[in-house]
Amino acid sequence: MPELTVAAALENAGRSLLRRSVSGEPRGVLCAMGVCFECRMEIGGSPHRRACMEMEGSRSDRPESSIESLECEVAVVGAGPAGVAAACRSAEAGVRTIALDENPAPGGQIHRHLPGKPPPEGARAWLERLASSGTTVRTGVAVVDATPGAGGFRLFAEDGEGNVVTVSARTVVLATGARELFLPFPGWTLPGVMGAGGAQAMAKMGADVRGRVAVVAGSGPLLLPVAAYLESAGAEVALVAEQAGLGALGRFAAGLALQPRKLLEAARYRGGFFPAPYRSGTWVAEAHGRERVEAVTVTDGANRYTLDCDLAAVGYGLVPNTELARLLGCELRKGAVAVDGSQQTSVSGLFAAGEPCGVAGLETAIAEGEIAGFAAAGRFDAASAAAHRLAAARVRGRRLAVAMERTFRPRAELAAAVRADTIVCRCEDVRLASIAAADSAREAKLATRAGMGPCQGRVCGPALEFLFGWDSDTVRPPVKPARLGSLVAMEDSA
Amino acid sequence: MPAPDVLVVGAGIVGAACADALSAGGLSVEVLESRFAGAGATAAAMGHLVVMDDSEAQFALTSLSRRLWVEMAPEIPRDCEDEETGTLWIAADEEERAHVRRKAAFYRERGVSVDELSGEDVERAEPSLRPGLAGALRVPGDRVLYPVNAARWLLARAAARGAVRREGVEAVAIFGRRVETRQGSLEAGAVVNACGVAAPLLTPGLPIAPRKGHLVITDRYPGFCRHQLVELGYLKSAHTPAPESVAFNLQPRATGQMLLGSSREFVGLDASINRRIRAKMVRRALEYAPALAGLSAIRTWVGFRPATPDNLPLIGAWDPTPGLFIAAGHEGLGITPAPATGRLVADAILRLPSPIDSAPYSPMRAFAAAAHA
Repeated sequence: MPELTVAAALENAGRSLLRRSVSGEPRGVLCAMGVCFECRMEIGGSPHRRACMEMEGSRSDRPESSIESLECEVAVVGAGPAGVAAACRSAEAGVRTIALDENPAPGGQIHRHLPGKPPPEGARAWLERLASSGTTVRTGVAVVDATPGAGGFRLFAEDGEGNVVTVSARTVVLATGARELFLPFPGWTLPGVMGAGGAQAMAKMGADVRGRVAVVAGSGPLLLPVAAYLESAGAEVALVAEQAGLGALGRFAAGLALQPRKLLEAARYRGGFFPAPYRSGTWVAEAHGRERVEAVTVTDGANRYTLDCDLAAVGYGLVPNTELARLLGCELRKGAVAVDGSQQTSVSGLFAAGEPCGVAGLETAIAEGEIAGFAAAGRFDAASAAAHRLAAARVRGRRLAVAMERTFRPRAELAAAVRADTIVCRCEDVRLASIAAADSAREAKLATRAGMGPCQGRVCGPALEFLFGWDSDTVRPPVKPARLGSLVAMEDSA
Repeated sequence: MPAPDVLVVGAGIVGAACADALSAGGLSVEVLESRFAGAGATAAAMGHLVVMDDSEAQFALTSLSRRLWVEMAPEIPRDCEDEETGTLWIAADEEERAHVRRKAAFYRERGVSVDELSGEDVERAEPSLRPGLAGALRVPGDRVLYPVNAARWLLARAAARGAVRREGVEAVAIFGRRVETRQGSLEAGAVVNACGVAAPLLTPGLPIAPRKGHLVITDRYPGFCRHQLVELGYLKSAHTPAPESVAFNLQPRATGQMLLGSSREFVGLDASINRRIRAKMVRRALEYAPALAGLSAIRTWVGFRPATPDNLPLIGAWDPTPGLFIAAGHEGLGITPAPATGRLVADAILRLPSPIDSAPYSPMRAFAAAAHA
C-alpha cells in the first residue's frame, strides 16, 4: 500500500488541479494542513473530503458510520509538540489521557510525517515517549464541537468517513497549533501556489518535489527551513523572498544573538540551501499560469522581475488556531488565548498550550505543553516546578514572538498588490472590489458570501483583518464542517 | 436637509420593501438602520416565497406578495439567487394525503395553480426523499431567494428614486412623527416602525415576541433536491403554542447548497446554538430524506422571528400615536409578504385603496389572550 496522502499521490501522478472553484477556476492544494478546504474532492464515493488529510488507499466505503464514546481525565486536542508534551506529562502521572489529532499521524506540522514511517529525528524522543506513556492517541479525527459538561467537558470529533468519536474529560488541553497566514495576490489561486508550510507538508506527506523549480516567499523564520527542506527533497529553490526589510531583519538577528540555539538553527538552514538566492524586502506581486503556476513576478517595490517556477511556496507567518477556545468562551488577548502560569485559560479546567497562546515556536510549545499536562492532570506542584524549570524557555519564546511579530509584520505594500478583481475568499470566489463596499466582516459575508464557505473564514478572515482591519465573525459549532448525521450522533451520545 | 415625508425605521426586508413602495408612490423617504441592511432576522431567514393557506388573511397577503415578487423577478439581480423552485408539501401518510386534497381545493378555488402528486410521483420528482411517502401538493409558482441581497436591492431601488439610507443609525425612541436616534433627533411626515423583534422597544405594547429558529447549511450538492420540501405538519409546528417544535423544511439554494430547517423556541434573545433542538430538527429531516445524513454541514445559525399571538403580521396605523405606522410581526414569514406589506403601508400613508382588505393586519386589532406575553 502506498504510504502517502491522496493529494500527494495525485500530485505525483501529475495532477495538481484537484477541483474547479465555484466560478470554474482551477484549484489545488493550498495549506496541506486541513484548514483551507481547497483540496476537497470526492474520495471513496463521498464529495468534499480533503485530499491533504486522507491517506491514499486507506479509505473504505462503510455503509453505516460508527459512534464511539470515550472517557478520560485529560483530553488533549492536537498532537503536535505542545499536545504530545501535555499528553506525556498527564499520562505519565498515571492519569487517563486521550489525545486527538486531525492528521494521519501525531507530530503536528513541525514533526509531520507519514504514519508507519519513522518520525523525524527531533521528534522521535517525544513520539516514542507518547507511544509508551499510556495515552490513547486517535489520529484522523477532527474535533468539530466542544461543550462544557457535567464535571468537565465533552469533545465531539469526526473522521473523514463520518465516524464519530465523543470524549468526556474532566479537563482539556487545547494544543490546536497554528495555521499559515495567507495574503491574496493576483494569481494566488493557481494550483502550484501553496503555503510555505503547505509545500513542506505536501513533500513530507509523499509529494515528490524532485526537479521542481520552487520560489519560497512570504515572511518569517519558516521560509528558510522550508527552502532547505525542499532542496533536500530534490527541488531547485530559485529564490527565497522575504518581505521584511533588511533593517528589520538585522535588528531581529541581533536579537537572536541572545538565543544561540536559534542562531545555530538558522545557520544550519542557511547552509542547507546555500546556492539559493535570498532577498529581503522582496515579495511576490503576481503568479502567472493558466491551469497551474508557471512563473511569479517578484518586486522590491521599485523593480519587478519574473522567474519561471512550477511551485510557489508563499506564507506570511502563522495565525493561532483559537476556534475551539473561542467556542468554549476563553478570553483572548491580541488574537491569542489568554492563560495563567499553569496554562489555564479563563475557563476553569480548560488549558491551552503552544501556538494558540501566541506563536512562539517549538521550544515554548513543548514547555507550555509540559506545564499544561501536569496542571490538567491535577499535578499542580509538578506544574509549578515545571513552570519554574521551563520559565527561561518560555520567556525566551515569548520574547522571540514579540520580536517576530515586529520584524515580520506584513508591509502595507502587500495590500496594494491586491487588485480589484483579485479573489480574496477562495471558497466562494469573492473578489476584492465587492468586499471593499462593506464595513465589517459580517456585512461582507452576508452581502458577498466572503467567508461563507467550508473553511469558515479561516483563510480570508485573517486576510480581511490585514486588508481592512476587520475582526472575524463569531465562532459557532461545528467549528469545522461535519456531516448532518454526525450532528445527530454527537447529540445522541451527549 | 428638509424633513422627509416618511422615516422608515429598520432596513430588514420589510423596511426595505416599505421604502421601495413609498418611494415608488412619490414620497421622499429616509431609512434608518442600526447595523446594516438585512442584518437581523432577514439575514437568518430561508427566503422561501410561498403562498400560504392557513387563513384567508394569510392567503390574501402572501398571494398578493408572491405576485409582486413575480412581477419584479425579471429585474432581480443575480446575487439575490431568485429561483422558481416550487414548493412540495409532503404527505407522510394517508391522513396527510387527505389534507393534500383539501389544500389543493383551497388553492384552486382561489386561482393558484397546484398539482397533486402520488407517492410514486414524489419518488420521481425528489429521489432523495425516502420511498413510501403518501404524496405531496406541488405549488409550482413558489420561489426561493437570498433575503439579504433582496433587501439591499429593494433599498437600492428606493435610493434610485431619491430615498436616503442611513446605516449605523440606531433609533432609541419614536415620538409620533419624531424619531430620537443616538445621533440626534429626526422628523418626518410619518414614521414606519419596521424593526421586527425590536419593534416593541420603540413602540411599547406591540404584541411581538422573539421566536428563535435554527438553520443548517451544507456544502454544495447540486440536484440533491429541486423543490423547497416542507412536511405538511409544518403549519402545526409553526402555529403550536408549545415552547418548542421542529419540522422538516429543506431548501435547494441556487449554489447547490442545501438549507435545512426548521425549529421554533420561545427563549428570549439567546443567540447560542441549541445543539439539542438542532439535532431534533436534523433527526426530523433524516426521517424524510435519510441521505441527508452524509451531507457535510458547513455552518449553523439562529435567528429570531417576530411572532404575534394570531400568526398574522402587524401592518398599518398605530392609533395611539398619530403619524406612526407599523410594519412588523411577520414571524417566520417575512420575506414572502414584504412587498405586499410595503404596498399596504404606502397605501395607508397615501390614503389610497389597497388591492386587499388591510383590516386583518391592523396592529389595533383585538388579540385573544396574548400567548407569548
